[in-house]
Amino acid sequence: MPVRIGVVVFPGSNCDRDTLHGLELAGGEPVALWHEQATLDGVAAVILPGGFAYGDYLRAGVIARFSPVMRAVEAFAADGGLVLGICNGFQVLAEAGLVPGALLRNRGLRFLGRDVRIAAERLDTPFTHGLAAGGAPLRMPIAHGEGCYYADDATLDALEAEGQVLFRYVDEEGGQAAEDDREHNPNGSLRAIAGVLNAAGNVAGLMPHPERASESILGSDEGLPIIRSLVESAARAAAGERPLALVAAS
Amino acid sequence: MTIAEPEAVGEPAEPVEPLHRQLGLTDDELEAIRERLAGRQPNELELAMFSVMWSEHCSYKSSKPLLGTLPTAGAGVVAGPGENAGVISIGDGLAVAFKIESHNHPSAVEPYQGAATGVGGILRDIFTMGARPIAVLDALRFGDPADVRTRHLVDGVVGGVGGYGNCVGIPTVGGELVFDPSYQGNPLVNVMAIGVLEERHLTRAAAPGPGNLVVLFGSTTGRDGIGGASVLASATFSDADASKRPSVQVGDPFAEKLLIEASLELIERGLVEGLQDLGAGGITCATSETADRAGTGITVDLDAIPLREPGMAPFEVMISESQERMCAIVRPDRWPDVREVAERWGLPVAVIGRVTDDGDITVTSGGAELARIPAAALTSDAIVHQRVARAPEHRRAAPAPGAPTGASDRLPERGMDPGAVLLALLGSPNLASRRSVFERYDSTVGTDTVVGPGHGAAVMRIKGTSRALVAATDGNQAVGVLDPHLGAAMSVAEATRNVSITGARPLGVTNCLNYGDPTRPEAFWQLTEGVRGLADACRALGLPVTGGNVSLYNESPAGSIAPTPEIGVVGLIDDVAALVGPAFVTDGDAILLVGEATSGLIGSSYAALAGTTVEDGLPSLDLVREAAVQGFARDAIDRGLVESAQDVSGGGLAVALAEAAMWGGRGAAVRVPTSMSPAVELFGESPSRIVVTTTQRHAPALALLARQHGLPVETLGSVGGDRLQIQLVGTSSTGASEERGSTIADVLDVPLTALRHAWDHGLTRALGWGN
Amino acid sequence: MSSHRFAVNVTPKPGILDPQGRAVEGSLDHLGIEGVHAVRVGRRVELSVDASDAASALAVVERLASELLANPLIEAYAIEAIEPVEAVA
Repeated sequence: MPVRIGVVVFPGSNCDRDTLHGLELAGGEPVALWHEQATLDGVAAVILPGGFAYGDYLRAGVIARFSPVMRAVEAFAADGGLVLGICNGFQVLAEAGLVPGALLRNRGLRFLGRDVRIAAERLDTPFTHGLAAGGAPLRMPIAHGEGCYYADDATLDALEAEGQVLFRYVDEEGGQAAEDDREHNPNGSLRAIAGVLNAAGNVAGLMPHPERASESILGSDEGLPIIRSLVESAARAAAGERPLALVAAS
Repeated sequence: MTIAEPEAVGEPAEPVEPLHRQLGLTDDELEAIRERLAGRQPNELELAMFSVMWSEHCSYKSSKPLLGTLPTAGAGVVAGPGENAGVISIGDGLAVAFKIESHNHPSAVEPYQGAATGVGGILRDIFTMGARPIAVLDALRFGDPADVRTRHLVDGVVGGVGGYGNCVGIPTVGGELVFDPSYQGNPLVNVMAIGVLEERHLTRAAAPGPGNLVVLFGSTTGRDGIGGASVLASATFSDADASKRPSVQVGDPFAEKLLIEASLELIERGLVEGLQDLGAGGITCATSETADRAGTGITVDLDAIPLREPGMAPFEVMISESQERMCAIVRPDRWPDVREVAERWGLPVAVIGRVTDDGDITVTSGGAELARIPAAALTSDAIVHQRVARAPEHRRAAPAPGAPTGASDRLPERGMDPGAVLLALLGSPNLASRRSVFERYDSTVGTDTVVGPGHGAAVMRIKGTSRALVAATDGNQAVGVLDPHLGAAMSVAEATRNVSITGARPLGVTNCLNYGDPTRPEAFWQLTEGVRGLADACRALGLPVTGGNVSLYNESPAGSIAPTPEIGVVGLIDDVAALVGPAFVTDGDAILLVGEATSGLIGSSYAALAGTTVEDGLPSLDLVREAAVQGFARDAIDRGLVESAQDVSGGGLAVALAEAAMWGGRGAAVRVPTSMSPAVELFGESPSRIVVTTTQRHAPALALLARQHGLPVETLGSVGGDRLQIQLVGTSSTGASEERGSTIADVLDVPLTALRHAWDHGLTRALGWGN
Repeated sequence: MSSHRFAVNVTPKPGILDPQGRAVEGSLDHLGIEGVHAVRVGRRVELSVDASDAASALAVVERLASELLANPLIEAYAIEAIEPVEAVA
């Protein structure tokens, strides 16, 4: 019986179908959660997909965070439930304060649709435990105009100290990209941060699209293990086992 | 736009242009209108409706007679010209919907919104048929890239295409970007969209069933585009532009996304009898077209239309081009469900009229009848003009405008290094990498993109099957300016060739015909010749034209644009795993050239760069040869004999090899036997030629297959190394270059890094994009 | 010469579709807010101008507003004089 994973659908989410498809490939049973509903239908984990929720008017993600489903997601997260935000979903999580930091306009001020490489900073989280050891770069697309990760220095230092940096943009060899390296860190994210965890380790956000790198025919299947990690962790959570990485990095 | 009151008799006279002329109708047209109204004079509202529907853009009044000569029948064609989009069956109960359309004049006025609403409009044409849009291709043409105004237009248009497509969640996966001086006063923005549907969901834009409800849903109706597409597109640009300016339409891609979901749900649940999107001509167009197709009439109640602003005049409501609106024909018992769907998706919805059996479009308000026009008079029985075509007097093969006409000492045989010419071509704005543009588009949303922008054709897999759709757009204006028939035929040849060399079978052709003022005999001749070329090529290749768009009056005080038939082709590949790309694959692979070069440098990128001589002529196209080359390509790929396939087009053989090398990250060493000048051999753009690579083991079989298809074939060399080396070998007994009086070596030898450097930066440098 | 500070408020022209305003208005329900309508979203640019007098400074801002800050096709602007910023110590 595949584990049920919810995908929130805001009006204007345009990656929900892609995410539902990715979940199927990863062995999960995708469940669409309409933004107006106040319950999560008993899913074992939730994904906030990419897109332009509410057209991203005002600020990316800011209107979406006030929808009824987000209240349910916030409660779910507070309870230790697993939540993953992808691209616009990451922006929504940041606006809602469920993950630290903010996503600003890309350094070059332009929307960017292209491939990047990211590497996981730690493999002991519900979102990365299925990745191969060795930190090999994972190739997958970005598609955003506001993906520049920002937090003040104190916050960034704390994130690094607490092991809350989940993914960074890297070059072909896996080395961390510089902030002004337009080729490897196209949006100019501080400290090349591509994805983060909350302090409790059950909520994560990343700007690149693992669901678009889930089949080799589409160019890369290196994003699938991220989704698969989530599905497996959710299955364990549903079975009553303790989720990984509620332990801070040592 | 203001409508002047007719002068009262007896008042001091100041000549006032009659209303119909202010609205862009000629005296003849007014007479023709009266005839269709049984002799009576139309009132103001009716005149406004006629002015929109009889505009060139809506009525095709100058081009209809020509379009009737195109081949439109073909196996599997389920919907053809006259419908919102062409639809062709692809098996398994599925069909592909596709079409290309222009939004030229609005983009010149407000580039971002013009391009954005162009994308919105073509998408609506796709999903109104019941197809979920899966891809967009944009063909953009501008003047001098160093010019400030051009840069403003490029930035705005690219921003608008991306801004709309990205937000609505449909990937932009291909297209063209072409710079030519003739577009300086008239940019061209042609957008193609493709969608997939289950054939049983095919929905037509007809209004059957008197008594059925006419339902408007989507955005509210405001004053957008009053006098927009119709008046704007039916007049050439002049300095009296300012008066046209307030008519800008603003697009809302977020609303369009909701509209797509609501429309497809309505269709899939069988809740509508007909569906039509609102574009040019607004409610007037949607109601008259659907009624005419069904042989019915529609009565519209102005008071029921959800308005964005108070106090709109009846004519404003009827011709408004507010975006993101759809018109559905709904059985009364289904209305509650239809309303529920629209409301759930957050879209205003209202019953705005009823289908009748009187064949008229009737407009009412407050119970009073304000207008009554037979639907056919607005659409299928609109006036048709028989324009005069006259070929220009001097029709010799003259060099393209802007190209130096004298013999130039920059030709290779006069001392220029062919390697330097290649780098100059790769770095030229029309051939350089377009990455800086297409990275502003989301090309991977939808998880169906197998091959995105940057190559000759885009490939979209069809989920749940092993099949994929292949799409390309191409348009040859450089040849067309001198020989519009040849230019159009070459455009079809190139677009279909780009599809065939992936291994896909072209299914059909859509076309956007961008030409000048049809009341000018020479411009109309160009259109006539262009349609003839399009028809000849499609017939020779056995492909139906499934629909498209005509954009006329593309002229400014600076002159007319070069005739630009923008061709869109969709093909089908049964097994996406067998897909072949243009990049070199493995070191050691054999490189073969199939087809042969013919002389004719006119219209080539090389000619634009290095000039031409009086001996140079136009290229020639043998459609039988073209069909054979494409058939060979598909056959060879089918047999597993091909590693990569690249067509020879812009920049000729040298550029084709350079691209294949850069994309594959590996060089090549080839020897090219030639009996013509190095310029023609290396950079000539004669059509019907492809470069294919295969394993050494398969090379003899591949060459044999080419000959069996009746094609000339040469094995040029092999893939490998980190340089591109091309050696020309004369076919005389010694072959030495000195024999031909040349003073330079016949070798082109350039490292990949140099090729990449020129190619990577050419466009950003030309446009002054810092990056 | 003196320094004069202005703010230019750019908003969608009356009658022009404002997708942003519409989206914001539509979402107010979720915050439980009623009675808010006619939302228009624009932007505000603040700037200081050195000029011989307020009138010349205003002329500079007028030109900037109409040629650069607002897109006259779809936007309207309003200029207001505001307090100068504190000089950096």
